[in-house]
Amino acid sequence: MPHTFPADSVGLITPQTAHFAEALALDCGRSLTEYDLVYETYGTLNAEHSNAVLICHALSGDHHVAGYHEDAGTRKPGWWDNCIGPGKPIDTREFFVVCCNNLGGCKGSTGPTSINPDNRKPYGPDFPIVTVKDWVRSQARLADRLGIHTWAAVIGGSLGGMQAMQWTITFPERVRHALVIAAAPRLSAQNIAFNEVARQAILSDPDFHHGHYYDFGVVPRRGLMIARMLGHITYLSDEGMRAKFGRELREGRPNFNFDTEFEVESYLRHQGRAFVDRFDANTYLLITKTLDYFDPAADFDQDLAAAFHRAQARFLVVSFTSDWRFAPARSREIVQALVRAGREVSYAEIPSDSGHDAFLMPIPLYHDTLRGYLTRVAHEVNTPAVSAHASPEGHADAA
Amino acid sequence: MRPELDLISDWIRPGARVLDLGCGDGALLAYLQAQRQVSGYGLEIDTANIVKCIQAGVNVIHADLEAGLADFGDSSFDYVIMTQTLQAVKHTERLLDEMLRVGRQGIVTFPNFGFWRCRMQIALQGFMPVVKTLPYQWYDTPNVHLFTLRDFEELCRRKRIDILQRMVLDHAHRPRPRPELWPNLLGEIALYRLGRA
Repeated sequence: MPHTFPADSVGLITPQTAHFAEALALDCGRSLTEYDLVYETYGTLNAEHSNAVLICHALSGDHHVAGYHEDAGTRKPGWWDNCIGPGKPIDTREFFVVCCNNLGGCKGSTGPTSINPDNRKPYGPDFPIVTVKDWVRSQARLADRLGIHTWAAVIGGSLGGMQAMQWTITFPERVRHALVIAAAPRLSAQNIAFNEVARQAILSDPDFHHGHYYDFGVVPRRGLMIARMLGHITYLSDEGMRAKFGRELREGRPNFNFDTEFEVESYLRHQGRAFVDRFDANTYLLITKTLDYFDPAADFDQDLAAAFHRAQARFLVVSFTSDWRFAPARSREIVQALVRAGREVSYAEIPSDSGHDAFLMPIPLYHDTLRGYLTRVAHEVNTPAVSAHASPEGHADAA
Repeated sequence: MRPELDLISDWIRPGARVLDLGCGDGALLAYLQAQRQVSGYGLEIDTANIVKCIQAGVNVIHADLEAGLADFGDSSFDYVIMTQTLQAVKHTERLLDEMLRVGRQGIVTFPNFGFWRCRMQIALQGFMPVVKTLPYQWYDTPNVHLFTLRDFEELCRRKRIDILQRMVLDHAHRPRPRPELWPNLLGEIALYRLGRA
């Protein structure tokens, strides 16, 4: 069936799979003997292989970041389609954009739903808990496979921003620019507390069966749904919720029972139900732990600036005023550490009432910020003699 | 602006680390990067200006100067610059202290309230002055501290701040031909390079 896509869309996309036969040692002490990473790419890698951009996804994201899939008749584009495409802030006419589903995910990369080669059964709860560092190491192997030594930029929001930071610390020479959006240098006790309630909702669901629910032909729907509903509350802001739902009653008057009465209840239940159909509970559990464990300063005597000392990338840090999950103050911690480490950094705090979710919204000042930054990156990597140290403008002035 | 950019640029050592407080659209830092190969950051509170800085390739950090410069270590910059900002902040004295804590030297510019037209308007007409360098009405001005060259130099003396260099400019930011002639009466904009005593 022929499709017509918007002119600024990357169009119809087919995911690809990379199989890695060499074992990957993980932070937890275990290793994966072999694994798959499913990924998508948009745009064209230039002759110097210098224009590649890695997008890192957040908790519930995946490799389908832009464009459309053929299957399911869905017209729903990738999760960051408003930002990636020809003429968009992450411009696919300039960049070769790569995004993979992370290890432990449930969208095609090896994770709890995959078959464990040791016993020919799904890993389930036996899948090792992976860290952001493990992800970065697995993404580096994908980069090797694609012939990309140095990323022009590594970009991510929320947990994706944490991967961007980790990239600059683990592989300093492989990242020219890191765009760290709505992130935090590590989770606060409050963040971990929310994750723990989400986990308990799943773990206490009678259909969870200690994570072996695949064997019973069930899924812990209620637990995963509550976890997602809780998560959603933390992604929105109080003012955003008030503007979107207020205290509107679906039937205009109270019914004095526990059915869905307020619009916000209906919204949360819908979000929870939709999520259950597209996400795996073991992956959700695993990734909340990945978040909890992220702490790059821990390897450097709790000194984040020391961690960034080794980084060579230039940074753009972005936060949103109404984000209380990873509030602007958390981004300022990152900026402060980068300044103390003497790194090049710009920081923009974008006014928005969309809460944490703002990083996915096409907010004009936000997209202008990304576009302004990435236009210069594109010029830098797509101009011949990329590795020249002297600035060409400086010499022109002297001449 | 161009003559003022040149004057400031002349005072800056090539390759220096610079912090520009209230950097606006980043024009000064972009100029210093091109002319003096400086590195460093601009601090700015207005998001639209931050976008312009990023477009200009200037490192800019969203910050409220009234909150101080706690994110920056002692002597972490060769120069801290504040153009047309000192008169618009609430905690002027504290920001001066912070400027010379974080920077080895400070460079400031401000509109001179002692300029003869200001004096005339107050003395003869009895109105708060409105001149090219102070174009606002009393009720909509962003300037919360108005002061003269003598006021500023008296503060520097009291705070033991070294005045290393002074220039007086006209409203078009051009140096006045005879800067030593009644600077506090004829200067419209003051430009100082400061150090710690």
